[in-house]
Amino acid sequence: MLKLIGVSKTFNPGTINAKTVLDKLSLHVKKGDFITVIGANGAGKSTMFNAISGSFYADEGRIILDGRDITLQPEHKRAKVIGRLFQDPMRGSAPGMSIEENMALAAGKGGWLSSVSKADKEEYRERLALLGMGLEDRMKHPVGLLSGGQRQALTLLMATYNPPKVLLLDEHTAALDPATAEKVLTLTEKIVAEGNLTCLMVTHNMQSALEQGTRTLMMNEGRIIFDVEGEERSKLTVEDLLEKFREEAGKKLDNDRMLLSK
Amino acid sequence: MNLPMMLNLGQTALELGLISSLTVLALFLSYTMLNVCDLSTDGCFTLGAAVGAVVALSGHPYLSIFAAMGAGICSGLLTAVLQTKMGINSLLAGIIVNTGLYSLNIAIMGNSSQININKTETVYTKMQALLKGTPLSAYYKLIVALIAVAIVIVILTLFLRTRLGLAIRATGDNPDMVRSSSINPVFTTIIGLCVANAFTGLSGCLLAQYNKSANIDIGSGMVTVALASLLIGRAFLGRGGVPKRAIGAVLGAFIFRLVYTVALRFRMPASMLKAVSSVIVIIAISAPYLKSQLPLLKRKLGLRSEKGAM
Repeated sequence: MLKLIGVSKTFNPGTINAKTVLDKLSLHVKKGDFITVIGANGAGKSTMFNAISGSFYADEGRIILDGRDITLQPEHKRAKVIGRLFQDPMRGSAPGMSIEENMALAAGKGGWLSSVSKADKEEYRERLALLGMGLEDRMKHPVGLLSGGQRQALTLLMATYNPPKVLLLDEHTAALDPATAEKVLTLTEKIVAEGNLTCLMVTHNMQSALEQGTRTLMMNEGRIIFDVEGEERSKLTVEDLLEKFREEAGKKLDNDRMLLSK
Repeated sequence: MNLPMMLNLGQTALELGLISSLTVLALFLSYTMLNVCDLSTDGCFTLGAAVGAVVALSGHPYLSIFAAMGAGICSGLLTAVLQTKMGINSLLAGIIVNTGLYSLNIAIMGNSSQININKTETVYTKMQALLKGTPLSAYYKLIVALIAVAIVIVILTLFLRTRLGLAIRATGDNPDMVRSSSINPVFTTIIGLCVANAFTGLSGCLLAQYNKSANIDIGSGMVTVALASLLIGRAFLGRGGVPKRAIGAVLGAFIFRLVYTVALRFRMPASMLKAVSSVIVIIAISAPYLKSQLPLLKRKLGLRSEKGAM
């Protein structure tokens, strides 16, 4: 489904600040995988997402999505088949535009000069109702009036409106309060399961990294150091993961947020 | 001042306000919606005036409208390409195009800084001939301007409702979102600036034919005057749907003109127009910022007086 083959990226190459953030990283994501990604600060989790979604082009290596080489495809073209959520709930929707207009952008139906029809509005309303947040009754309200949790839920709905081939979730609940985070996470699981979506999710919560999804990746210094799924994964505990990290990386896991939320 | 004279002044203010409101609507699209401050507006306005005058002079009053808009589109395209494809800062791109247009405009007017179309057929004389003998005959200029503004508002409103229009609005509203979405910000910026500059060109063309002359200074300071009008309009009708805000922009242009016309009656020198518009823009843009700084200032003053007491 999604293949990363020897992908490397170095920031500020040839200077004293050169930093290799992806180091010949290879990964094969199978259709229907729900992968949780963990790793220390600066391990390259978000950078890997940036490479996949095209926020920058990889220096080396190739990225294949569904049989198509997308290594040098611009970001907006990839965005048609890759959905992405960021930690910042403000990033995924336009605050000055109404919920309805944001939904219309996400739906992206019809030609450039087509406008929103009654049937479209009805469909947006139905989809919004699935969030259970009452947003379907506030279609004309500007998105800027919504809370962080509501906005992130809306962004999730927008990113999956047309089922993407891959959904990238970059700690998308980390900036929300615990109760709201829980709600958005439950919604995420529901939407991913219903759409049978292929999904990668960065999390700092090791417990939920093991509980959610079907496969777990551990990253360090731009590489994947541990990749586990199936039965082996179901037996793992958080302590095992920490032990594994010490073994593979030869150091203690220095993600303070991760340790705190253990 | 007697009543007929006042009405006459009001009508002139309305006519000029409507004509310049087309430029205000252009900025409504580029500045408010797309969040690009298009500093090529002055040059583009003059370009529209020059092209409109020259084409009318060659005997094509109707074609002059479309020629001026087409010229505006080309100018907008150039400004947009400079800033999206060639890595030039968007303000600088506007200034560069504006400077280049000065030479081009002189060339269009036949290597002259002024062109007279006193006896030429224009859209206004066409309308005048059409309305001859009807009760509306005194209002032919007003009617031309009204029709133009109405058409532009309808087009703009419908356009901003389309998928492309929504994408343009999103580009200005949340660039972060657009960058990681399937909208290509290069494309939306180019289209947005082309459409906006078509309106600016139209505005220039209508003013030149209204004045029966075009000159190289006709558009100078236009961007500030239009911004002032836009911000005045926003103060009155700033919230709500696109049509309401577009009408607000037109209202702002009219109010600006009216105040200016009245000020002229009270012997304000005509050359003060630009200073006044600068002050309006400064106040309108800085007021929200200064207001947000007020609590901090109060705290600082409070601390100072406490210190004094200690």
